Amino acid sequence: MNIPRYWRLQNQRYAMVGEVCNKCGAKLFPPRDVCPECSKPAYEPYQFSGRGTIYSYSTLYQAPAGYEEFVPYTVALIRLEEGPLVTAQLADIDPTEVEIGMPVEMVTRKLREEGDDGLIVYGYKFRKKDA
Amino acid sequence: MRDVSIIGIGQTKVDEHWDRSLRHLAGDAVLAALRDAGAETVDALYVGNMLSGLLTGQEHLGALIADFCGLRGIEAVKVEAACGSGAAALRQGYAAVAGGLHDLVVVCGVEKMTDTVNAETTTGLVMAADADYESIHGITFVGINALLMRRYMYEYGAKHADFANFAIVAHQNAVTNPNAIFSSPITADQFSKARMIADPINLLDSSGIADGAAAVVLCPSGIARDGGGRSVHIRASSVATDAVAVHDRRDPLWLSAVEVSANKAYQQAQVGPREIDLFELHDAFTIMSALSLEAAGFAERGKGVWLAEAGEIALAGKIPMATMGGLKARGHPVGATGVYQVVEVVQQLRGQAGPNQVPNARLGMAQNIGGSGATVITHILEASD
Repeated sequence: MNIPRYWRLQNQRYAMVGEVCNKCGAKLFPPRDVCPECSKPAYEPYQFSGRGTIYSYSTLYQAPAGYEEFVPYTVALIRLEEGPLVTAQLADIDPTEVEIGMPVEMVTRKLREEGDDGLIVYGYKFRKKDA
Repeated sequence: MRDVSIIGIGQTKVDEHWDRSLRHLAGDAVLAALRDAGAETVDALYVGNMLSGLLTGQEHLGALIADFCGLRGIEAVKVEAACGSGAAALRQGYAAVAGGLHDLVVVCGVEKMTDTVNAETTTGLVMAADADYESIHGITFVGINALLMRRYMYEYGAKHADFANFAIVAHQNAVTNPNAIFSSPITADQFSKARMIADPINLLDSSGIADGAAAVVLCPSGIARDGGGRSVHIRASSVATDAVAVHDRRDPLWLSAVEVSANKAYQQAQVGPREIDLFELHDAFTIMSALSLEAAGFAERGKGVWLAEAGEIALAGKIPMATMGGLKARGHPVGATGVYQVVEVVQQLRGQAGPNQVPNARLGMAQNIGGSGATVITHILEASD
């Protein structure tokens, strides 16, 4: 049971709100307050489009505790169109159809359940985007 | 700063030690290292460990292990840097001796991984990654490495079979290491048909999870009595870091902390990769071997995998690695691994590696990685005359 921990990330998990560096203009996701490109403060919120392409992917056959029900599932690194990479699961897709370079878009899905009486954690996954 | 030498080593077999607890394993290694050094007590103990809190419900390992080894009262502390915890502890021991705080120090890496079931251990290992932005998506530690391997294969045109020699050589070397968990050689066919864990990484791309402990005793080189080439000089010790999450790195296929850590070590030792006689690298997965060889200067970008393919990593090759089996086949008790690597380099430099001896080994490098490349600790060791 970890309500504040999930609650405080709601803007990131549900809406992909990151930050933009006022100094060099780098778009940052996840938000990190100090720009890794120029080391200047970056507090300005920035709404990402949720669109990108697949940089790499893997279908998992062995899951950590809390994710066993999803096996097998496909996790990917997505290159967002604004620049950053993001790690997320793919949704609504046959693992054999996934390819590097495939266009994808963000959707909101269940990330995990913490048992019968526990929290259900929602957040971003990505699905194939029709060209 | 004082020069530092290793004057004693100890290790347990890497195995599923159902009959030995975490403290017993650590005690076995520490006491063996003290015996090897001819020391009865030390000024301080540094313990490298990653997962004792989660898997054993036991933290506070410094005092626990010091007391268990009959060293009650000395300075003792646990050091954590994910799978790099072992070498991180060695780095602390080195700093204490080099800086003149202590004259005699023991460093112990220990991990107890078989008291829990698979999913719990998998959950523990992924704690090396970014909890809020990687692990929450159900990715495993194997999965993170699989993302790197897939991209590597895509960018450089390597096939899965091209990585086979990393695993085959490691298993071959483990056959004659009595402390290795795996004692059977494997074939290319077995490698390609092994059970898939996180596509494209299969079981035989991956190091074996197990229990184990290893220890070394350090003292200033000036007061190391040299009992017939037994003391080994630490020529360099360095640490570098990178973003924990792979997605936060500028270039996921370039392990920049490996590059920085190795270059700092080369600079301190005043040598280059060509002068290194053996390289105990962090072969947790075959892809990590390829990436490490590249960033540490043994292969050009995108060419690391071909060193294995060409047999250059074998005992008689240009750059022998995993000489006692490596993480792959000696086994990877995560927080202990960095100390095992150094113990094995010492065996090689003392000429005590038996059938696994690298001929004329003078300079050996050990590189231990925390996470998928976020903490990288490099040590270069030199045989005494």
